Amino acid sequence: MSAQLAAYSTSTGEAFQFWVLGTVAVIGALATVFMKRAVHSALSLAGTMIILAIFYLANGAYFLGIVQIVVYTGAIMMLFLFVVMLVGVTAADSLKETIKGQRWLALLCGLGFGVLLLAGIGNASLKDFNGLGEANANGNVEGLAALIFTKYVFAFEITGALLITAAVGAMVLTHRERTERAKTQRELSEQRVREGKHMPPLPAPGVYARHNAVDIAGLLPDGTPSELTVSKTLRERGQIRDVSAEALNDLRALEQRAEERLERTPIDPANLKRAEEASK
Amino acid sequence: MNPVNYLYLAALLFTIGATGVLIRRNAIVVFMCIELMLNACNLAFVTFSRMHGNLDGQIIAFFTMVVAAAEVVVGLAIIVSLFRSRHSASVDDASLMKL
Amino acid sequence: MENLIALLVAAPLLGAAVLLCGGRRLDAVGQWIGTVLAGASFVIGVVLFADMLGKDAEHRILIQHLWTWIPVESFQADVTFRLDQLSMTFVLLITGVGSLIHLYSVGYMEHDERRRRFFGYLNLFLAAMLLLVLADNYLLLYVGWEGVGLASYLLIGFWQHKPSAATAAKKAFLVNRVGDMGLSIAIMLMFTTFGTFAFGPVFSHVGETGEGKLTAIGLMLLLAACGKSAQVPLQSWLGDAMEGPTPVSALIHAATMVTAGVYLIVRSGAIFNAAPDAQLAVTVVGAVTLLFGAIVGCAKDDIKKALAGSTMSQIGYMVLAAGLGPIGYVFAIMHLVTHGFFKAGLFLGAGSVMHGMNDEVDMRKYGGLRKYMPVTFITFGLGYLAIIGFPGLSGFFSKDKIIEAAFAKGGTEGWILGGAALLGAAITAFYMTRVMLMTFFGEERWRNQPTRSPEAASAEPAAEHHGEHAEPHPHESPKVMTIPMIVLAVGSVFGGAFFSIGDRFLHWLEPITGHSEGNSPLSAATVTGGTMVCLLIGVGIAYAMYGRRPVPSVAPRGSLLTRAARRDLLQDDFNHVVLVRGGEHLTRSLVYVDHTLVDGVVNGTAASVGGLSGRMRKLQNGFARSYAVSMFGGAAILVAATLLMRAV
Repeated sequence: MSAQLAAYSTSTGEAFQFWVLGTVAVIGALATVFMKRAVHSALSLAGTMIILAIFYLANGAYFLGIVQIVVYTGAIMMLFLFVVMLVGVTAADSLKETIKGQRWLALLCGLGFGVLLLAGIGNASLKDFNGLGEANANGNVEGLAALIFTKYVFAFEITGALLITAAVGAMVLTHRERTERAKTQRELSEQRVREGKHMPPLPAPGVYARHNAVDIAGLLPDGTPSELTVSKTLRERGQIRDVSAEALNDLRALEQRAEERLERTPIDPANLKRAEEASK
Repeated sequence: MNPVNYLYLAALLFTIGATGVLIRRNAIVVFMCIELMLNACNLAFVTFSRMHGNLDGQIIAFFTMVVAAAEVVVGLAIIVSLFRSRHSASVDDASLMKL
Repeated sequence: MENLIALLVAAPLLGAAVLLCGGRRLDAVGQWIGTVLAGASFVIGVVLFADMLGKDAEHRILIQHLWTWIPVESFQADVTFRLDQLSMTFVLLITGVGSLIHLYSVGYMEHDERRRRFFGYLNLFLAAMLLLVLADNYLLLYVGWEGVGLASYLLIGFWQHKPSAATAAKKAFLVNRVGDMGLSIAIMLMFTTFGTFAFGPVFSHVGETGEGKLTAIGLMLLLAACGKSAQVPLQSWLGDAMEGPTPVSALIHAATMVTAGVYLIVRSGAIFNAAPDAQLAVTVVGAVTLLFGAIVGCAKDDIKKALAGSTMSQIGYMVLAAGLGPIGYVFAIMHLVTHGFFKAGLFLGAGSVMHGMNDEVDMRKYGGLRKYMPVTFITFGLGYLAIIGFPGLSGFFSKDKIIEAAFAKGGTEGWILGGAALLGAAITAFYMTRVMLMTFFGEERWRNQPTRSPEAASAEPAAEHHGEHAEPHPHESPKVMTIPMIVLAVGSVFGGAFFSIGDRFLHWLEPITGHSEGNSPLSAATVTGGTMVCLLIGVGIAYAMYGRRPVPSVAPRGSLLTRAARRDLLQDDFNHVVLVRGGEHLTRSLVYVDHTLVDGVVNGTAASVGGLSGRMRKLQNGFARSYAVSMFGGAAILVAATLLMRAV
């Protein structure tokens, strides 16, 4: 089978596989670009990568196919997902363009570039296919190993240095040196008392709201939402849901329904205001 | 089927990735699009390897993967620290390089 | 013997250095240091003169090479002194008259706080002038030339607290610069033409050079001479230079400065002889100036300015003579020497009068002074007789020869030049008689002058305090001032006769300047007779106008010519209209061109670059994605180019 796969002519099975999976890969790629939520993009990309791994296998690159699955989809994409979670899984991006003309320019450039690439490939005389039968004769991994440790040994060593540098760099970038001891619970509560604000625990979210959820700000007596009631992380991500208007709308709808039931004319707001002033 | 089709697919994926880089604002998605472009290149390398009947193309793809891994590590670290300081992962928010 | 030449220059230069660097310690004795060093220079000059007299005419040229100043390939400038009969004459005149003026200044500047500095400048003036006449090449001469200009600037503006003095100094300096320009151009021309500027080689190469070049050099030298000698058209500084102390005027007019131009022309005689056009220009300048100065001198009421006009006129005679060629060189120098005596005497006399009259310079406020200052009167009177050419006195001999030589020029030119010189002699007689009569004869107009401040007159003690405004008390000057005047008067009386009898001066200078007898259309006796007639007419008119009638204290309005002459024949107005206004217009138009064209191009470039940048700046919006689009587009273009190249 391996000899067959690596041969010049491709089998009908491979053609079928290419067309089906190729379509899926393109859809995955497009989804990566156009999905609103980063987590969806990441999943689409992971799918595309797995399909690419299958294509590697089909092209006789067995080692790379496996590595693609293990390293890319297994490790790198998971890293992406971690970061996505750190930034906010549910945060949806607006796809509305803010830079004037950017989208059209980008599409134009993309289209032009794509056409040029395809034309370039079409123009190239790619008629001779040698197939990997000979090269993979002693096994793909052995062949690669022979090349890596002979011809490409310097590049290989340098990649090692690069990986170490990258690891150190990532640590340096994300590491924050703590310059003072972390405050204990006791010290924090003492500080709160000394400063005289928020002496009791912060108000719980969802208070005065009909929903009881952590991302809904509790309403103050005058109906405005209080940001204090929502966790700091959500506040910073801008993931607070404001339902204060919802409640008023619901109330208005309820009143309207009651009035319809009682067949009354709605109260003129102007009259109401005057009555209020008179009562004062 | 002619294996050249793999190259066409690679070109298509590369273009999609590049366009994505240009039109998305979320740094993480931009980064994913870059990964997509790298993968498209890898597909092309693997196909070239098959065309020429030697393993050099696969070696290059292998090195690309290694470099991509390193790049992801550093890139994500940058995104994390950026998010930490600016509370946003939008590349447009970091538009300080102007007068 | 030639080693002494450098000492001639070194002595006054040392004096200048000591006095100017010495500080206040020398304030008390400064004037004597200056005078002694000037006198030392004179003594050295006399020693050298005696030595020279003992030699044959052929061996009288002494050369002293000190060092090579600028050794650059073919450009060799040496510091070399040349003492020949011409230089010797000047050395004796400069140091002799200069020393007397130094001595006189000791008395004249007695009350001036800054007199140490004054004597330093005087010494510097002498040193520069000696360097000028002793130099053996034009470049070294130029150093002295500039030194004279500097010293004159410092001395004319010596009373720098007076704005008029400061302005006059600047004016003299600036006008002199124009002439200096001519000299420097002449030196450059000489270097390109002859490859050298040493006197000997230049004069020996004259014969092989085209007349055009020589005429150019000659005209440039004439321009230089005009600047230094106050000849038309560069004469305007001389009158204002009277702002300096009177000894300075005497020094400038008699011994140094104005004689430099005549020296330059006579010294460059070889060049002028070969360039008749330049010579003609010299004679024209001389003739015009001698009339110009004489007319100005007639109208001035300021005694010093009247004398200044006279100087201009007399230098005009010398330049005229120098322009006549070998006929005139000797007489130019002779007149220069005699003029040096009587003009110095006249100026010192004028200074003495001013000294006794509270520094009053207006002759209309003099009158009848002969009783009060007899020595001044006699010396001034002898100088007066000498300058108008009274028979037997020095001016008679020298001026008469020049008029004769002018007629000897021949043809129409000869008649015109000779006529101008004759007319000049008549006018000279007129204005000098006028000065004489207004100063020493007539009523005592200085009595009962209206005091300048009535309050001061009414309050008796205050009048003492405001001594300067009170009625002057004319008195004779101290001996230190009168002795130089007496010496100079003696020179004025006997100098001409001493030089002329037996043609002593002619034989003395002939080896250097050469001499030729002209064919005068008039006999010498006729010329002398004509001169006498002119003299009598001039004196007669002056006596009729100023001797028989009282002189009004306030100048009458006068005729158009008088008014023009009072304004120096409109020389300043001419300069103002033609040069200053013209310069202003030129500058304004240049500024306009600069603003519109030059700045326009520069500003336009800047503005267009700025505008372009302003537009380009919008591309720089800080969004990484925009930059990425540019990169991506660039990559696309590169791919397209690659494909295109493959296709081609």
